[in-house]
Amino acid sequence: MKIGRKAAWLAVIAAVVLTVFPFYWMVRTALTPAGDLYTDSTALWPDHPTLINFARVLGLVDAETARAAGGSGAQLNFLLYTFNSIVYSGLIAVVQTFCCAMAGYAFARLRFPGRDLAFTAIIAALMVPPIFTILPNFVLVKQLDLLNTFPGLVLPSLLMTPFAVFFLRQFFLSIPRDVEEAATLEGISRWGMFWRIVLPMSRGPLITIGLTTVVWSWKDYLWPLLAGKAEDTRVLTVGLGVFLQQSPNRGPDWTGIMAGSVLSVIPVLILLVFLGKRLVQSMNFSGIK
Amino acid sequence: MQAVGTRLDAGTDQRQGLPGRRGRARRRRRDDRRVAWLFLLPVIVGFAVFYAYPTVRGIWYSFTDYSLLADPKYVGGDNYRELISDAQAWNALKVTGYYVVVNIVSQTLLALGLAALMHRLTRSVVLRATLLVPWLVPNVTIGLLWAWLLDPDLGFVNHLIGLTGLDTTLSFNSPEWAMPLVALVNTWTFTGYTALLLYAGMLQIPPHLYEGAAMDGAGEWRMFRSITLPLLRPILALVLVVSLIGSFQIFDTVAVVYGGKAPIPETRVIYYYIYQRAFTYFDMGYASALAMVLVVILGVLTTIQLRMLRASRSDLA
Repeated sequence: MKIGRKAAWLAVIAAVVLTVFPFYWMVRTALTPAGDLYTDSTALWPDHPTLINFARVLGLVDAETARAAGGSGAQLNFLLYTFNSIVYSGLIAVVQTFCCAMAGYAFARLRFPGRDLAFTAIIAALMVPPIFTILPNFVLVKQLDLLNTFPGLVLPSLLMTPFAVFFLRQFFLSIPRDVEEAATLEGISRWGMFWRIVLPMSRGPLITIGLTTVVWSWKDYLWPLLAGKAEDTRVLTVGLGVFLQQSPNRGPDWTGIMAGSVLSVIPVLILLVFLGKRLVQSMNFSGIK
Repeated sequence: MQAVGTRLDAGTDQRQGLPGRRGRARRRRRDDRRVAWLFLLPVIVGFAVFYAYPTVRGIWYSFTDYSLLADPKYVGGDNYRELISDAQAWNALKVTGYYVVVNIVSQTLLALGLAALMHRLTRSVVLRATLLVPWLVPNVTIGLLWAWLLDPDLGFVNHLIGLTGLDTTLSFNSPEWAMPLVALVNTWTFTGYTALLLYAGMLQIPPHLYEGAAMDGAGEWRMFRSITLPLLRPILALVLVVSLIGSFQIFDTVAVVYGGKAPIPETRVIYYYIYQRAFTYFDMGYASALAMVLVVILGVLTTIQLRMLRASRSDLA
């Protein structure tokens, strides 16, 4: 029993080390001068730690210095791409969660013709892999002349996602009706009921869905790559991909790429520090994605 | 919903006997109609324009020759006929299937083990948040990180393998290792997340079941098999359904680990092949036909799984 417990802890610690070490190695590589990579690629700490990789990736040094330090002179417009990522994921999360909450409420509580049909259609869309709609949506956004604009980038997921409608409806169904009935007797309007009573009661699931949407859209790659690859609308994931392709001919610029990767993890860490507990608890709440 | 109106009527009519109640409830219901469409408007618009309309368009494209530059030209079942004899399409399906099996099996088993350990050992939020990190980081970053760790010459993993004296090099360019590595990278990414979902399910199991079992002298393994596993089945099944659908969408990892170049045939998964046909070869019609095949496969798999899920629900008291 005692030994079993120790072994169990050992397994958990192994999982933590396996999770954290690759990120440590990312940081370690980013701090290594490119020239040292061949002679000093295995020690746990670089012999000559440096910040030059970050400086050149951010474009803080001139192209010549950057090339001398092992890069291609390519930069990652980190602040712009991060800003774009925040706009992209933030806008989608807020608007989509709100719209899906309204719809979820209507599906859970209002009586209207065609309700079951509409709900079934939305649920059926859950099964359709995104690539199937991405192709025609790309054509649509192109025809609307919205490629490489923010509206074109966010529109396809701005208003809804089937899962959020489904999830929030499930939650609204689980709210006891008594509260709403009492409010009905007060003569409150449907909108007032939704806005002043139901929404405040639903903070938990709304945050769950909102946070999940932020995370997924923050990670999005394929759609922003197709619809917003231009510099002005480039999000962080696409920026990293482009940076990778601009690697010098003789081989990937690993120290630069790892510096860029470290930068791309920073916003995630900030999210985790401020919302980690919420995030973890929100998973207890949902039990499903 | 019917219950609102009727229950309201029944309760209030009897208690207060107000004559106008029934009429007012009916009016409320009629009002609902109008108000319901307002509540639904954004979602209906979003659904119609970006889900339903593209679905119709996608089906139509799959019967056309469409280069994006000229208008689509109807070609009947040509794309589907080409698909049947397209070795690359079959290969894409095969390697995707291989990926899904390796990824889902390893990820689920590891996550289940990890969740069970956490469940019996600790409730630490810090631990859970740490295990969640790989899921929070974009797949693009993860792909870059592992491309570096698995670099044939300088990668740390290959350094470790060298230390053990084995004569193997793990690399995304090795035909036999490439796909297992892609699958394991994604297992690494999603195991913590899946474990937390399963752990959340385990928290719902009443603790007194374990206390009782412990008093009867049951060991941990016995408790896991006789309490945790059967009571977790519905959630486990649900997590499986969602991860299975998700794992067919593997794209980002293979799109970055080759430095932005196309993957080798062993890792050219269906998502990438569709992307390639549509945006490298500008063959939107054929890409849509491929996507249709994926829709059908996922539809069948999901239906089967949901059946099984419903069957397993009955276990839950």
